[in-house]
Amino acid sequence: MAINTEKNSYTVIFASVMVVVVGTVLAFLASSLSEKIKENERLEKQQNILYAMGINKNEGEGSVSFIPTEEVAGEFSKYIKEQLIIEGDKITKDDQAYLIDLKKQATAAKNGETRKLPLFIGDKDGSKFYIIPMRGKGLWDAIWGFVALDDRMVVQGVYFDHAAETPGLGANIKQRYFMDDFSGESILAGTKYAGIAVAKGNNDPLNQTKDDNEVDALAGATITGNGVSAMISESVTMYKDYLETIRVK
Amino acid sequence: MALLTKKDASLILDPLADNNPITIQVLGICSALAITAELQASVVMAISVLFVLGIGNVVISLMRNIIPSKIRIIVQLIVVATLVIIVDQVLKAFAYELSKTLSVFVGLIITNCIIMGRFEAFALANGPWRSFLDGIGNSLGYGIILIIVGFFRELLGSGTLFGFPVLGNPISKTGLYATGYENNGFMIIPPAALIVVGIIIWIQRSRNTALIEDN
Repeated sequence: MAINTEKNSYTVIFASVMVVVVGTVLAFLASSLSEKIKENERLEKQQNILYAMGINKNEGEGSVSFIPTEEVAGEFSKYIKEQLIIEGDKITKDDQAYLIDLKKQATAAKNGETRKLPLFIGDKDGSKFYIIPMRGKGLWDAIWGFVALDDRMVVQGVYFDHAAETPGLGANIKQRYFMDDFSGESILAGTKYAGIAVAKGNNDPLNQTKDDNEVDALAGATITGNGVSAMISESVTMYKDYLETIRVK
Repeated sequence: MALLTKKDASLILDPLADNNPITIQVLGICSALAITAELQASVVMAISVLFVLGIGNVVISLMRNIIPSKIRIIVQLIVVATLVIIVDQVLKAFAYELSKTLSVFVGLIITNCIIMGRFEAFALANGPWRSFLDGIGNSLGYGIILIIVGFFRELLGSGTLFGFPVLGNPISKTGLYATGYENNGFMIIPPAALIVVGIIIWIQRSRNTALIEDN
């Protein structure tokens, strides 16, 4: 039996059936996998936070390796001593603080609500790390990350990630050579919370000057780099009241 | 080869050279510009397109007799988008790290003109087996160009291959850099990809003059 595929009625029926079938398949897939995906995202956050405070499986030059997913939950509770939620002047402890969605908080802040700022306090071999989550804009989509500070506001480690930056250019913000440059830089300029700028042409490609609030930029990724600078300075500014209370002067 | 007749084999071999999707049909240029700044991304993209085009061509070919011609482009788009989303979701659930590597490419695969082009030009008019071969052939032809472009852009732009420094260290001036050689920053920005593709087209057409259109 030959079907007349040119008829309008056939076209409409075909389109409707296709939409229903595809919609059902995708909805079924999304709902059956969503728990597993959420769990993966949760573990990834723990891995990222630990990475920023230097707890990772990096081997040799250029490798970016996390604590394996099977071990990360244990390591996370071992090293992260406290998780705080800062809401204006109110500081509460909450061991689910790392699950706070920064994007939702930013929207809430825009609507006039008080923003919940999560902060993680890690302890490794007796030294304390204050880890701030960050979120900002790259060239194409969101970028985010974590910065671990000591009590003198010197960066001990960072982790950056991105949704859709260009491979080979902006995507290099998650490469070791870029992230490692931040370690040792101070986020303070004098007593001002300035952050760290991703700067072009600072004549310091090896990043030997650690007190200039600058790291060397990525070639061909100006906008992503500017996004990283803006993200760091915005984030530390939001936390500056709290950071002032713990800073060793 | 007993498995492939001569006609079938040409489906795979033609797109590698004289009917290359990038250099002859000028399809898939957008992704050839976007992700060839380093070799690894080129390889990942080539493999992803191989999967999607191979499977997509078969699906479209199986549906070719029931797709209404008025809405065929939308149907093709839905098929490829669905395939890519399914793969993306399954990877996110069961191979999370791999999915992180591929996430950037998802959008580029769906909008890749080669995929729509082969659905439209081949799969709608041919059987599943031939469509499958055509998909594999075209994605290999696409992949080869991507890898050539990625090779030159990464080597000349960053002095590395697969992230491994092959020319020495540009900052501490070792290896080739000791002689005064410098990386060409121009190579890592997208227009350089067009120039490399242009040179490939030039070489290809000067070797095979039958490819030159007379006008």
